[in-house]
Amino acid sequence: MKQEHFRAWEFAAFSAVTLAALCLCVCVGSVNISLKDTLLVLKNAVAGLPQGNATASTILLSVRLPRVLCVALSGASLALCGAAMQGLLKNPLADSSTLGVSSGAALGAVVAIAFGIQLPALPIAGTMGTAIVFAFASMLGILALAYKLDYSLSTNTIILIGVVFSMFVSSAMSVVITFAADKVQQITFWTMGSLQGSSYFNAAVLGVTLLLCGGVILLQSRELNAFAVGEDTANHIGVHVRRTKLLVLIAVSVLIGVCVSIGGTIAFVGLITPHGVRLLVGPNHKRLLPASCFSGMIFLLLADLIARTILKPVELPIGVVTSFIGAVVFVLIFYRARKG
Amino acid sequence: MLEVKDLSVRYGQHTILDRVGFSVREGQWLMIVGPNGAGKSTALSAISQTAPYTGKILLGGRDSAKWKPAARAKYVGVLTQNHHVGYSFSVGEVVKLGRYAHSAGMFSAKNSDDAQAVERALEITGLTAQQGQNVLTLSGGELQRVFLAQVFAQNPKLLLLDEPTNHLDLVYQKQIFSLVSQWLKQPGRAVVSVVHDLSLARAYGSHALLLHQGRCVSQGEAKSVLRAENLNAVYQMDVPAWMQGLFAQWQGE
Repeated sequence: MKQEHFRAWEFAAFSAVTLAALCLCVCVGSVNISLKDTLLVLKNAVAGLPQGNATASTILLSVRLPRVLCVALSGASLALCGAAMQGLLKNPLADSSTLGVSSGAALGAVVAIAFGIQLPALPIAGTMGTAIVFAFASMLGILALAYKLDYSLSTNTIILIGVVFSMFVSSAMSVVITFAADKVQQITFWTMGSLQGSSYFNAAVLGVTLLLCGGVILLQSRELNAFAVGEDTANHIGVHVRRTKLLVLIAVSVLIGVCVSIGGTIAFVGLITPHGVRLLVGPNHKRLLPASCFSGMIFLLLADLIARTILKPVELPIGVVTSFIGAVVFVLIFYRARKG
Repeated sequence: MLEVKDLSVRYGQHTILDRVGFSVREGQWLMIVGPNGAGKSTALSAISQTAPYTGKILLGGRDSAKWKPAARAKYVGVLTQNHHVGYSFSVGEVVKLGRYAHSAGMFSAKNSDDAQAVERALEITGLTAQQGQNVLTLSGGELQRVFLAQVFAQNPKLLLLDEPTNHLDLVYQKQIFSLVSQWLKQPGRAVVSVVHDLSLARAYGSHALLLHQGRCVSQGEAKSVLRAENLNAVYQMDVPAWMQGLFAQWQGE
């Protein structure tokens, strides 16, 4: 029988590749900084020593490091949510956007940008705060409607409500944009996904949310295995089906709400990463979920690196890069699956 | 082991089951038979708490609705007729899921009983050599054996079978019924199954419940329930004559 949990060497291998991607993304950019200088800046910053190279330290500590942290945490979150949703709904085309919460969060952010909404205590977090509020409201609305229509929260009901809600939000966003013609470019750039200008505050919020919600999802690995085999199976072997669904849906909603509020709608990470990882480690969620976290980090870090450097000094939205790569990879996986 | 009192299931204005009652004791194999739409599968769904119902369903003397899902799964195992596995799990992984209700949690130490139960279930169903095989590559009959192994690994006291050999060829029909028959020989066990094949019901069932349009027509020992007058009245045809006609084609060969 296949090994159920991550082996130590697998964990070490994924960690090493992730660390290498992190180092690469911190060192490379519009201005390249050597690994030695990078490590020196980080060491001085941790030890509280004065920085020898002011330019390098400003670029690394104020711009690149918070951004790279946000990219890595967003990648891990999106991939983890995608893997969880694909297992829960037994649908390989499901991802975090299936639920419609990411659309809700996007609407919140668009409203904040269009009408210049700011939080009095945290002026920098206006978009983020509004997006999180909208994400929560969307989640509550979607789950309440799903409960009202179908007490058992069947998979089809959730998917249907998610799709309908996303369409509704898309129309609402068009209306908002109509009233904020001067901010169309900013809104368009945001909706394509970008982690430009991320802060340590953003990274901390993402980190804490991933720790809490990711922990909840990881603890449901066995239940997700049962759902991935079939909801009937889950019912018959003793899984508390409704409780598990609610737990996973709430954890995914919160995590996605925070991700979208910080980085916009970054497509394909939650869809494509679990597909690729499943080919590597199999469908067992005890291995799939942690492997998806690592792979999501690596994928998004490299996508962000490409977005920053391919047309430098012009920067592409990260969502454009993930969509290009994701679409090609998806076709390749589909082709391979069809051809056996 | 199982007592059902005044079981009714309604979807809107449509009554699927109307005040049906029966009981199953240790060592019994109850065959639920009847034409399409009689409410056979709905009765099993109600017992496994996957259909809304009114009335009482007692498992081991306790109200089934009040059991926690994991505790109920230790008492009742269910084998349905169709399985659509979502991803490429191995045979061993699917069978191991049967131990879900017995494992204390994700952080508990490895339970040797789990491994033994899975090994035994694989062995009984003849799947030991295939435990690493991808379930998506199996035929319908092989897949049904995998899910039977899962139920055996679950080690319930009461086994519910919902038309377990539908769409399966004769070899697999014989295998599945023989395996369940062997399983039932252990003390403290009972089986309730829904079948369409009246010959199988008669051959393997100790007791039978004949349903028609959601109501109980007859119940008791299989031989007394599956009699010509009962069956003819429910199926609106001469059932024994039809079956004897079928068998007559094989005589003299």
